[in-house]
Amino acid sequence: MKKRGIGISCNIHPAGLKGGGDPSQAQIRLKPDGTFDLLNGAVDIGQGCKTILRQLASDELGIPLEAITHNNFDTDIGPMCTGTFASRVTFMDGNAVIRAARDLKAKIKTFAAAQLGVEPDRLELADNTVFIKDDPKKAMSMGDLGRAANWGGEFLVGIGAYIPGPMQDFDAETGKMTAIASLAFGACVAEVEVDTETGEVNVLKLVQAFDVGKAINPLLCKGQINGGSMMGISFALTENQLPYYPDMDFASDNLGDYVLTTSADMPGEMISGLVEIPHPNGPRGAKGFGEMTASASPPAILSAIHDAIGVWITDYPATPERILKALEAKKTKK
Amino acid sequence: MSDNVGKPIPRYDGVGHVSGTTTYVDDVQLPGMLYMKVLRSPVHKGVIHQLDVSPAEKMPGVAGAVTAKNVPGLNAYGMGGDQPVFSPGPIRYKGEVIAAVAAVDEDTAMEALDQIQLDIEEETPVFDPFEAMKEGAPLVRPEGNVFKFNSGMTRKVRLGDVEAGFKEADFIIKGTYTNGVNDHAPMETQASVAYIDATDRLAIHTCSQDLYFHLGMLSAIFGLPMNKIRYIGGTVGGGFGSKNDLHCDHIAGVMALKIRKPVKYRLTRQEETLFTTKRGAWTFQFKDGVKKDGRIVARQIKTIHDSGAYNAMGNYVVDKNAILIAGPFAIPNIWIDGICVFTNKPPSSSQRGFGIINGTSAEQLQMNRIAEVIGMDPWEIRFINAWREGDLGATQFKVVAAGLIEAMQKAAALAGIELPAHLKTMSSQRR
Amino acid sequence: MKYRLSFILNNNLEEVLVKPTETLLDVLREKLNVKSPKRGCDTGDCGVCTILLNGEPIRACLTIALTVEGKDVKTVESFISKDGKLHPLQRAFHEHGATQCGFCTPGMLISAKALLDKNSSPSRDDIVEAVSGNICRCGCYYEIVEAVQAVAGGGKKEG
Repeated sequence: MKKRGIGISCNIHPAGLKGGGDPSQAQIRLKPDGTFDLLNGAVDIGQGCKTILRQLASDELGIPLEAITHNNFDTDIGPMCTGTFASRVTFMDGNAVIRAARDLKAKIKTFAAAQLGVEPDRLELADNTVFIKDDPKKAMSMGDLGRAANWGGEFLVGIGAYIPGPMQDFDAETGKMTAIASLAFGACVAEVEVDTETGEVNVLKLVQAFDVGKAINPLLCKGQINGGSMMGISFALTENQLPYYPDMDFASDNLGDYVLTTSADMPGEMISGLVEIPHPNGPRGAKGFGEMTASASPPAILSAIHDAIGVWITDYPATPERILKALEAKKTKK
Repeated sequence: MSDNVGKPIPRYDGVGHVSGTTTYVDDVQLPGMLYMKVLRSPVHKGVIHQLDVSPAEKMPGVAGAVTAKNVPGLNAYGMGGDQPVFSPGPIRYKGEVIAAVAAVDEDTAMEALDQIQLDIEEETPVFDPFEAMKEGAPLVRPEGNVFKFNSGMTRKVRLGDVEAGFKEADFIIKGTYTNGVNDHAPMETQASVAYIDATDRLAIHTCSQDLYFHLGMLSAIFGLPMNKIRYIGGTVGGGFGSKNDLHCDHIAGVMALKIRKPVKYRLTRQEETLFTTKRGAWTFQFKDGVKKDGRIVARQIKTIHDSGAYNAMGNYVVDKNAILIAGPFAIPNIWIDGICVFTNKPPSSSQRGFGIINGTSAEQLQMNRIAEVIGMDPWEIRFINAWREGDLGATQFKVVAAGLIEAMQKAAALAGIELPAHLKTMSSQRR
Repeated sequence: MKYRLSFILNNNLEEVLVKPTETLLDVLREKLNVKSPKRGCDTGDCGVCTILLNGEPIRACLTIALTVEGKDVKTVESFISKDGKLHPLQRAFHEHGATQCGFCTPGMLISAKALLDKNSSPSRDDIVEAVSGNICRCGCYYEIVEAVQAVAGGGKKEG
């Protein structure tokens, strides 16, 4: 028999290392033709930091996206970044990049001011030019600026570093620990169908919403939600490297036994939306959110199973074996 | 300002990905490159009486063999700093690396491993963290099987007075929840290519997620200043936390420094799944005091985390979990004890959601069970207790840019669920 | 002992000396420097090594190299047109965000192309089935299916 059920959950995730103290750096330099290089130490593991960091920098400098590269190829080139973990790169490296861009912007203004014969504070950067705010026709293209600066013996480089706060330890008695760079929030509604003869669960529908502070790149945000959901489904239903935990017997050693989701496991409907409640310290208000999209669905799925068949599976993953055992136990109790 | 922020812009390296031109570590092939394989402990726990790699070194096609003796600097890494690059013994988990060989191809390297003389005395391991916590359990590590925090044998979180909270509660609701052992299973398995470059520096192609985090560890292992190591990476075929730990770079680097030839060390999927760091198992025990009106007035939680054999990130995750496991709820009285236990298993480390996915998996089931017991709608119980702006969390951090209520409202709306008016009009900005 | 293997690779005749135990994946990646097929498991479970053999998507890691003697092998390197343009599938994957870490992407593209070469108007279910042997741990399935649908001109829905 196939039974359907609905379950809900909500979740949170902090950005940054526990206790803080995790800095990142960025360096942006102006080339002789007015294009830019961003040097940064963050590793892209697929989340897309190379893209969003350029988006942040290009907006600050008023340049097209194509005018700036991202370079993180090795530790000779890329300055320090604590690492790509803890949903921290958008927040920490994003802030470092904004600081570097603003530092460079100030230097560009100082140089251009001398060229244009005005005070730096009368200048603005937009549309790949530097121009006088109240007389916009008086401008220098970024190309002309690059040429004039570099061939004039100037090296215009912006640097920025960001640390959310110094590293903090827990208070030994109370556990007081206040170092949290940002908190992002999420909620999930899951609809499942449970086959009471085989114990298999089909996730029919996942509806999720996340408050990300500011969606720097909605395409990448959606990728995290849809992608994280596939990981959430297998966390909820199939992933167990030691199926007879704590015993080591039958430990999975291949991807046939350690069951991950495929396209065939996609819910028929995957709906998601973003909320933007900006964080005062986040880059353009953004909060770190990459990890949490795998965390929202599992408890919603197990709650939906309960709604469907009236048993609480309280051990993850809710494998067919566990579901059938729970159904059997429920029958015997009656 | 331009306005690229907020736009759905395709990724910078997307063209490389779809063309198959993005370079991952295993795509790197250097002239004269040798292939490495490692000798792993066949037992879960044991003492090494003899280790002789010289028969392997003498084999035709073998360029070198290394053990703990060959580590130029510190034979230790990990956040806890207690895991050896090569174990000189005692062995703490099956699969622990003891030695490595480099040869003209992987088949020859595997044959060379068979030539290594290893005399290892097996001892009784302990796998169950609850057994490991008992008096007289086999010792996983000399400091004891339970991590000692600055607060004692548990990470303590104490807010308010839980006993007073339980007394005023109308319902006491208990629940125990567990998480199994998870593997990151990135599609790109761990790999490393190490060589001495033209500036006489050690160069390593890595899939590390954290170039500088690991550069510091490697600097200590190799006894080299940071600028004498060129750590090459930045683009990884999936991490999810698996590449927050060293698995290949340190081993490949020790070999390259010894034989001064380029070496590649890559894990098979079998090694990846069995022996790399895992998301270790958890047990969560909840006891909640809840009022008829749905307010949670007391929450007591005990967490037990199986950290495996070394402290890769064991106490760290117990700490991180303790900060947020009470959930995004304004609960006045909270008591948490987080326990980090060591067992004879591959070390537990960070995997997507690190401690938070685990806490959420438990406390959200607990919330739904509370709703069931007290006869309240599961949305309502969340809205009532949800953090508002400026609320204090369990470890007394201030909630900034609160958005739980708004996220729930949006999810309900997208799901076509008509929330009651009083929930629809709630806001994170006011109680 | 090595044997001579001769086959068509991405429209060119290749001749190479191989051991009987070498897989097509070994030969492509390590002898012929064709890097788009990836090594993910060597046991046929993950699909990142998927290539086209006489038009069929197969696991290069499970294919003994010598068995492709005289056959036609295509990898993602053959997708780019003679005037350097991305194949519509490649462009669609890129534009729809159907690639994150990129490691499974070549195998996915092969499975998708194999489908479209046989069925130019697949249903959504057809597409899901065609790529269901390729694991994407980043979880791009939704975007991948969307991208293939876009190339197929929307496709027809099942049922």
